[in-house]
Amino acid sequence: MMRFNKWTARAAGALFSAVVALPGAYAAGGYEGLEASGANVHDMASLQRGAKFFVNYCHSCHSAEYMRYQRLAEDIEGLDEEMIEQNLLFGDQELTDYMKPAMPYEASADWFGKAPPDLTLVARSKGGVDWVYTFMKGFYLTDEGWNNTVLENASMPHVLWELQGIQRPVYETVVDENGDEQTRLKELTLDEPGLMTPEEYSAAMRDLSAFLIYMGEPAILERERLGVWVLLFLVVFTFLAWLLYHEYWKDVKK
Amino acid sequence: MAKPASNLSRQLESVGNWVDRRLPVSDFWKAHISEYYAPKNFNIMYFFGSLALLTLVNQIVTGIFLTMQYKPSAAEAFASVEYIMRDVEWGWLIRYMHSTGASFFFIVVYLHMFRGLMYGSYKKPRELVWILGVFIYLVLMAEAFMGYVLPWGQMSYWGAQVIISLFGAIPYIGDALVEWIRGDFFVSDATLNRFFALHVIALPLALLLLVVLHLAALHEVGSNNPDGIDIKKNKDEQGRPLDGIPFHPYYTVKDIFGVGVFLTLFAFMIFYAPTGGGLMLEKDNFIPADPLVTPEHIVPVWYFTPYYAILQAVPDKLLGVLLMGAAIAVLFLLPWLDRSKVRSIRYKGLASKILLVVFAIAFFRLGMLGLGTGTAAEVFEARIWTFVYFAFFGLMPFITKYEKTRPVPERVTK
Repeated sequence: MMRFNKWTARAAGALFSAVVALPGAYAAGGYEGLEASGANVHDMASLQRGAKFFVNYCHSCHSAEYMRYQRLAEDIEGLDEEMIEQNLLFGDQELTDYMKPAMPYEASADWFGKAPPDLTLVARSKGGVDWVYTFMKGFYLTDEGWNNTVLENASMPHVLWELQGIQRPVYETVVDENGDEQTRLKELTLDEPGLMTPEEYSAAMRDLSAFLIYMGEPAILERERLGVWVLLFLVVFTFLAWLLYHEYWKDVKK
Repeated sequence: MAKPASNLSRQLESVGNWVDRRLPVSDFWKAHISEYYAPKNFNIMYFFGSLALLTLVNQIVTGIFLTMQYKPSAAEAFASVEYIMRDVEWGWLIRYMHSTGASFFFIVVYLHMFRGLMYGSYKKPRELVWILGVFIYLVLMAEAFMGYVLPWGQMSYWGAQVIISLFGAIPYIGDALVEWIRGDFFVSDATLNRFFALHVIALPLALLLLVVLHLAALHEVGSNNPDGIDIKKNKDEQGRPLDGIPFHPYYTVKDIFGVGVFLTLFAFMIFYAPTGGGLMLEKDNFIPADPLVTPEHIVPVWYFTPYYAILQAVPDKLLGVLLMGAAIAVLFLLPWLDRSKVRSIRYKGLASKILLVVFAIAFFRLGMLGLGTGTAAEVFEARIWTFVYFAFFGLMPFITKYEKTRPVPERVTK
């Protein structure tokens, strides 16, 4: 069922884009060179790990102001209200509260020059979660400090460097169409290993991506589960309507 | 022996008679449903009228429920939509039915209009049916535009900013007019509030009135058909058209089948691609409106993009706006531009057939170009298709007058 849902969603998207055959990359998301996250929002174990990761590493600075803590317990198998109260809530926070950060917004704006954006809808506003996935894997250290392959000169430092380790850029020189030599980023190499292997880090980011898809639209779980039954009902209904139509039209088509 | 009528059914009948003596319910039912004779040769293109009505009802019913939770204020609108998507029981479904419904409304209406073009449904005596239909289309565009502003995301805000500023191209009164529409010096809370009022009350009322008039005019002159012939010419001894069948039950059952197919496609999009790959809900609209940050590029929703491409094709803003207006206004003249002896494309000459196909391609391509970033190549191509769009209407009087048509049959064909 899970596979079918995912497949159907992709087919629907592909079908629609093919019918309308969009110019440029606009509707597809508008970003090039993103790595597919491979996240599966219906994988409950992955969602659960992603939720924990989000709360432990992202939520201290980033809010999720349209999401309630309680909803996590309702939707994600393996998370209950008690666990959330004990592990996720700080101070006088209530289960029904929206997920506001522990760090006051003004302070973080002072530290980073810019308030960390709310992440509730980030998977939707970036036209898919691949942007976040590639962004989180794209930090590298230069002599000037942290930079990122997706978002150049991002104001966010690489908060997960201890997990991922430190990546360094490898540049290459290419000749552009005007015959000028250009230096561009070729790839990143892991200079100093982190607490996680690259595979473990990718898996963690995949879990986080699944959680961000879910948080952008908690109804996605129910929506994709329910859709199959609605479609089955409609197909049967349409077939019966077709039989009825033919029955009535027998005397017209004589 | 037949069973005697039960007490209950006799009582119901007497209630029915009581009402009928005071309100012509059964007369109305007969005139418009059970004894409204429609040509029996309707094809697939004739599903879209009843489907347009269905999508209208869908928009109104889901709209009523959205209104119960939505907050028309700049400070609360975006969060209230997210509240509907998360905390309101079935709110996500109602919202998607409304947002996907808007796109499907336009798909259905465009196909319905194209049907009219194919079979000459605008020609005498159906000029008013067509003209009222174009008015419906105009009001629908205003309705959809204002509806798109309500979620108060980045694309809502900047789309409104761009579209409203088009009125600023009008000489002398432009600036004052723009200010009057916005109710402020920029798109703001005041704009959102009045758009909400227009979207939920004024325009739907106008839409319903126009739909009633559209149908009243249609039922006065009778439906056209793929052969474009007049079924009232051949009647039986009781005065019923030989090629006509009562709308009910024949077209009601047929339309129910059409509704089934439509709802299956509709549900597929709602449940598995509610953003329509970024076309029905644009990604930037998941970011709250920010007057200080302009999105990378501002694109209207897909159903406006053919006209947006025409606007972009003209270097001068005022001329662009005028041409865009003309692209829609020319539809009103259609009944008089077509001077052919025959209605249906089936019996028109080759030139008319080619012109219609090329026009459809032009409209489709313009729609795709309007989604682009407006590169020089895109603008150049948009100019060509804009020319084709207007050539369709400009050449029509001459081609339809001089081309050789095929003989039209006396009775409808299969």
